[in-house]
Amino acid sequence: MSDRRIWIRGGRILDPAAERDESGDVLIEGGVIAATGVGLDARDAEVIDANGAWIAPGFVDLHSHLREPGQEYKEDIASGGRSAVAGGFAAVACMANTQPVNDDPAMTDFILDRAAQDSPARVYPIAAATRGLEGTVMTEMSALVDAGAVAFSDDGKTIMDGGVMRHLLEYSRLVSVPVITHAEDRHLVANGVVNEGPVSTKLGLPGNPAVAEEVLVVRDLILAELTGAHLHVAHVSTRGAVAAIRQARDRGVHVTAEVTPHHLTLTDEEVLSYDTNTKVAPPLRSAADVLACREGLVDGTIDVIATDHAPHAMHEKDLEFTVAPSGLIGFETAFPVVLDLVRNGELSPLELMRRLSTNPAKILKRPGGSLEVGAPADVVILDPDTSWTYDPAKGYSKSRNSPWAGRTLMGRVIVTIVGGRLVYHVERGVLYP
Amino acid sequence: MIGSDLLGIEDLDRADIERILDTAEHMREIGRRVVKKVPTLRGRTIVNLFFEPSTRTKASFEIAGKRLSADVINFSPSSSSLKKSESILDTARTLDAMDPDAVVVRHSVAGVPKQMADVLAAPVINAGDGAHEHPTQALLDLLTVKLEKGRIDGLSVAIVGDILHSRVARSNIYAFRKMGAEVCIAAPPPMIPAAVETLGVKAFTSLREAIEGADVVMALRIQSERLTGSYLPSVREYSATFGIDREKLKYAKEDVIVMHPGPVNRGVELSHDLTDHRPSVILDQVRNGVAIRMAVLYLFAGRRQEGEQRIDLGSGEGR
Repeated sequence: MSDRRIWIRGGRILDPAAERDESGDVLIEGGVIAATGVGLDARDAEVIDANGAWIAPGFVDLHSHLREPGQEYKEDIASGGRSAVAGGFAAVACMANTQPVNDDPAMTDFILDRAAQDSPARVYPIAAATRGLEGTVMTEMSALVDAGAVAFSDDGKTIMDGGVMRHLLEYSRLVSVPVITHAEDRHLVANGVVNEGPVSTKLGLPGNPAVAEEVLVVRDLILAELTGAHLHVAHVSTRGAVAAIRQARDRGVHVTAEVTPHHLTLTDEEVLSYDTNTKVAPPLRSAADVLACREGLVDGTIDVIATDHAPHAMHEKDLEFTVAPSGLIGFETAFPVVLDLVRNGELSPLELMRRLSTNPAKILKRPGGSLEVGAPADVVILDPDTSWTYDPAKGYSKSRNSPWAGRTLMGRVIVTIVGGRLVYHVERGVLYP
Repeated sequence: MIGSDLLGIEDLDRADIERILDTAEHMREIGRRVVKKVPTLRGRTIVNLFFEPSTRTKASFEIAGKRLSADVINFSPSSSSLKKSESILDTARTLDAMDPDAVVVRHSVAGVPKQMADVLAAPVINAGDGAHEHPTQALLDLLTVKLEKGRIDGLSVAIVGDILHSRVARSNIYAFRKMGAEVCIAAPPPMIPAAVETLGVKAFTSLREAIEGADVVMALRIQSERLTGSYLPSVREYSATFGIDREKLKYAKEDVIVMHPGPVNRGVELSHDLTDHRPSVILDQVRNGVAIRMAVLYLFAGRRQEGEQRIDLGSGEGR
């Protein structure tokens, strides 16, 4: 951690952990927040002028794919970490579907070692829930948590065996970390690649129905209720799933949930271009589903915005729509994309920051999401009023699979500080490591 | 206005369709001559790029190109780019470097002609993509109906069979709706696409209701792998409920015609007798297919004039 003093001068401090939204300065020293407020004076510090900008806790991404080890041609921990901080993320949780799979403490160690050397962002490994993501044999949860795993998930490979899921949830109480479900019933999805509805009918591509998600969300909510475990629902995308989670929360089930920037802002109509960069799992849904996800995020049914950053190489996305892999990159576009909720009057800036930092940090039981004195100095400075044209080729990810390529976005990450170290500046790029 | 590619009937307006049909009526005459060749596309190169096996459509395009004196090259790469580890867009870029005047594409996955058109300078003609569109089939069906009935406007058309997986159904729905006909569909419920009414059709699960008063009954080919399993219980049950025979045809208009894009599963979609005899017009459809494809090649591949600069889209980024 850096010993440098950084004086962020004159911004709008947004600290959801302290319910604080006011003008002021932030002083960082010894890797932690040293002081906040007005009238600070620290002339020997490095000064960052935040006039007109927001100062908020660094974002925490609960869902990403960093591809290392095994698929470094798509991304690695270094490039993924650089892309993360360029998007304002001070910490990212990475899914276990690497090659080999992160289903063993040695692999968790490897990821953390690599992250410590290569990544400007903190990296929190999510371990596989079952060996080899095969959905049958449970991983060694206590050893993995001791190694640093923050949650368990087979992510894209939905655990179809309800008995296995039940035992996983039961066992997870031993380690008190969430089990993350990617809820898509494989049989109902069948070969579906686009949301089932008018768009799939028009395109002539196999439909993936909303019920494929809802059936498994409901199953897992019932199992969470039975077991008392902490279930986290990944990338909620349908109206029915939002409603089911809302009801479960009301009856006291220990459930948290996330939604992605793309499911909050893009509908299945994007797929009408047959652009494989719009192919994602779960698929982009109808306008009614997007609206329900936004409502769920606003009313607290959904706690977190997570990117599901999923890099794929261009030659893989240049294939037939049914063959091309699912997923899109999301770190560097997340903030401007979800800022739409503020512009639209659905969320205050403070509430948006809560869903990008405070809530995910709390779910992962990791520090972050707070600007209180003594907290680790993970800080982001944001300009909500700048517009810019996004070009993935100029970004930090190794991959370019973004549906926002070439679009003008409003709102930009100006500075990212991790552990008191300035790691990203919009004009100077990624500065460390 | 006809664009540079023919990707689907959805992109055409009524005037475009009428222009293609009118051109095809002229082309029909060439096919009746002893010497069935005109010099219209002499010196032009047309590539038939068929990723999915096809006998009829490929032959029809090839004959159409040859009757117009174009040089026709047939390419049949193995169906999936995964198998040969070359992406379809790389295939497209490679072909484009050979400066064809048109590329006719057939692929089992919807959207491939569109993806290719996005990177190819040459006009792309969709010869059938997955369950998306098969525009020349719909155009030849329109021409056949127009020649039989003298009009399309105001007719009642029933399309019967596996609508969910059918590109022929989608293109024909767009085509007949744009030309002023009413379209009903009938299919076993698992084969009716979600929200199909958004395409402007009435959907029925009863064959009788769908063909009641129809001027045209079009049966779709059903793929054998879908005849058993979770879409349908058996061939026998399908044939009994949705197979067209003279008995069921009594509900339609007296002068109804029966169409099928071929090849017919005899005794499944159509009774033997109907397959071979009127009111079915299956061989007329095939004959008109050549005229339609001549018209399409003439209108799309023949547009570039001598001395005209080729628009170079480069070989780099496709999007």
